[in-house]
Amino acid sequence: MTRYIIRRILWGVVLLILVSALTFILFRILPTADPARLRAGRNASPAVVAALRRDLGLDKPLITQFWIYMKNLFLHFDLGYSYYSTASVKSLIFDRLPATVSLTVGAAVVWLVVGLPVGIISALRRRSKLDRASMGTALVLVSAPEYWLGLICLYLFAADIGQLRVFPGSGSYVGITSDPVKWLTSLILPWFVLAASFAAVYARLIRGSLIETMSEDYIRTARAKGLRERRVVLHHGVPAAINPILTIVALDVGTLLGGAILVETVFNVPGIGRLSYDAITHADFPIIQGTVLLVALFIVVANILADIAYAYLDPRVRYS
Amino acid sequence: MSAEPLLRVEDLHVEFPTEDGVVHAVDGLSYDVRRGRTLGIVGESGSGKTVSSLTTMGLTRRMGARISGRILFEGRDLLTLSEEEMRKLRGNDIAMVFQDPLSSLHPLYRVGAQIVEALRAHRDVPKAHAHARAIELLGLVGIPDPGRRVNDYPHEFSGGERQRAMIAMALVNEPKLLIADEPTTALDVTVQAQILALLERLQRELAMAIVIVTHDLGVVAEMAEYIAVMYAGRIVETAPAERLFSAPEHPYTWGLLKSIPTLEGPRVQELEPIPGSPPSLIHRPSGCHFHPRCPYAQPEHARIDPRSEPVPGEPAHRVACLLEPATRRRLWAQLRAGWTPAEALIAVGSPEGQA
Repeated sequence: MTRYIIRRILWGVVLLILVSALTFILFRILPTADPARLRAGRNASPAVVAALRRDLGLDKPLITQFWIYMKNLFLHFDLGYSYYSTASVKSLIFDRLPATVSLTVGAAVVWLVVGLPVGIISALRRRSKLDRASMGTALVLVSAPEYWLGLICLYLFAADIGQLRVFPGSGSYVGITSDPVKWLTSLILPWFVLAASFAAVYARLIRGSLIETMSEDYIRTARAKGLRERRVVLHHGVPAAINPILTIVALDVGTLLGGAILVETVFNVPGIGRLSYDAITHADFPIIQGTVLLVALFIVVANILADIAYAYLDPRVRYS
Repeated sequence: MSAEPLLRVEDLHVEFPTEDGVVHAVDGLSYDVRRGRTLGIVGESGSGKTVSSLTTMGLTRRMGARISGRILFEGRDLLTLSEEEMRKLRGNDIAMVFQDPLSSLHPLYRVGAQIVEALRAHRDVPKAHAHARAIELLGLVGIPDPGRRVNDYPHEFSGGERQRAMIAMALVNEPKLLIADEPTTALDVTVQAQILALLERLQRELAMAIVIVTHDLGVVAEMAEYIAVMYAGRIVETAPAERLFSAPEHPYTWGLLKSIPTLEGPRVQELEPIPGSPPSLIHRPSGCHFHPRCPYAQPEHARIDPRSEPVPGEPAHRVACLLEPATRRRLWAQLRAGWTPAEALIAVGSPEGQA
């Protein structure tokens, strides 16, 4: 088991090196605005642009830039400095991380707490009106774009522009340490908007998985033992049905920790997603590289955690 | 001997409405099981034998089955019991062992915990006590080192051990009736014999009745006192085991007997498979359901529905066949001598006098 985990971590590192190399190359060969020119502002003289280019290290050959980047990254864990604000990418990411973590973890709680029970009840009452209603709603929520749903929610409930002014609107996020109550209320709308499509997907996933599980022989055995149906479902059906969903939870949370660009943008939450979005509009390569690497890191870690969790949840799973 | 059987099934019908039509899984089934005795129910897959056992357990209700008839267990009609009353009976007075022991045990829980759960579903015993009982039962069913193995997961058990564990789980509440549905089908031949021997020993020690459901006459040959042969949801022949093997009356039973290899018979004798396949339970053949596969069927057998009647002089032996008893006896004599159905038919002559 330990050896397996070490091997997985080493492969994860290899993957991260590949990802950083790939993003470096991609963003430099893709046609994009010249960062130096963007930074110099309008009507800058060619001399200023050239000076900036030298300052940013963009005058060096690509291969040298790549070597410097990789060396700084893997020897000094240094992601470089923003072309635009000259702040260190690492500190920018750390500044933005709490908002994204708050958003993601809260949304994950919402979508699991809403999606799983709905899916379980739908599975047990298959083809009932309740099942059809929840699966219909799920379809709508999956199809609704996040930014559209976000704008609708702001229009309906935001304290500044809403019809029913119940929740703080866009741009009201504050850190949990500075004002926990405001942190909570400001995140309620973003949590639900971000969780909506995930809750729908998870409701459908657990529904399908539980329907399959409930036709297993061991469920028949559980009933033949004379267990109450409640126990058959909750103790025998659900644990077996939830296991396959674990990897998907890990992947989704991992991906979202790298920034929920649309929701963060609509609600103006200062998270990693906003950081990436702004960086892309400014061709701020170091930040783009940093955030992409962050997503990859979270996904790799989430996957390893999911695999470890499997070994604990399913006695048949043994790694060697 | 008490006159009242432990289990009496009377004219049981179980139907499943489906999109393709109504599946007549069990069609007028009647049988008795006496206390401490063994009944073997034999039939091909799709003959309704599993559905009838699941119905006795009250497990077909939630599958949307339409059920009629009576299932009297100690005089109480199980079909009139509420779901909660039925639950209290399941795994307690009536227990069941299933075909595939790996898929029948929950993969995520320890074997011991699953036995403990079966006990505590019906008896309010402390966990430590239940755990000790689980170890005791695993020992009883022949699992070596039960004190250690009780903490194993099902995948750490061999196929035979899993079925032993299933049996232990079924026996934990000392049921009066054990229904074993194809208990050996998924197992190796050597393990099959061990499991059957185990069931026989446990029956003697615990004085419980057993209904053993199987497609394999060989399995019930040694164990069962009575055998019922099912075809297309009905019992076509029922008799004391010895009599069923020595003087079978139904062409389907003959087919089953001729299709099992014997060590005693001449080696040159070829096995005779029953031609055709089991009928659809939605669109059943008219008349005698077996007539499309019966080598001795007469045109009118496609119209007349045979009734189960006692064999002359043998009240315990009942058969539902349209052939004349004398014809049946002559045909079986030919078949037993090693002739094929076609040869037997020629030797006996056209049964109903058709030239």
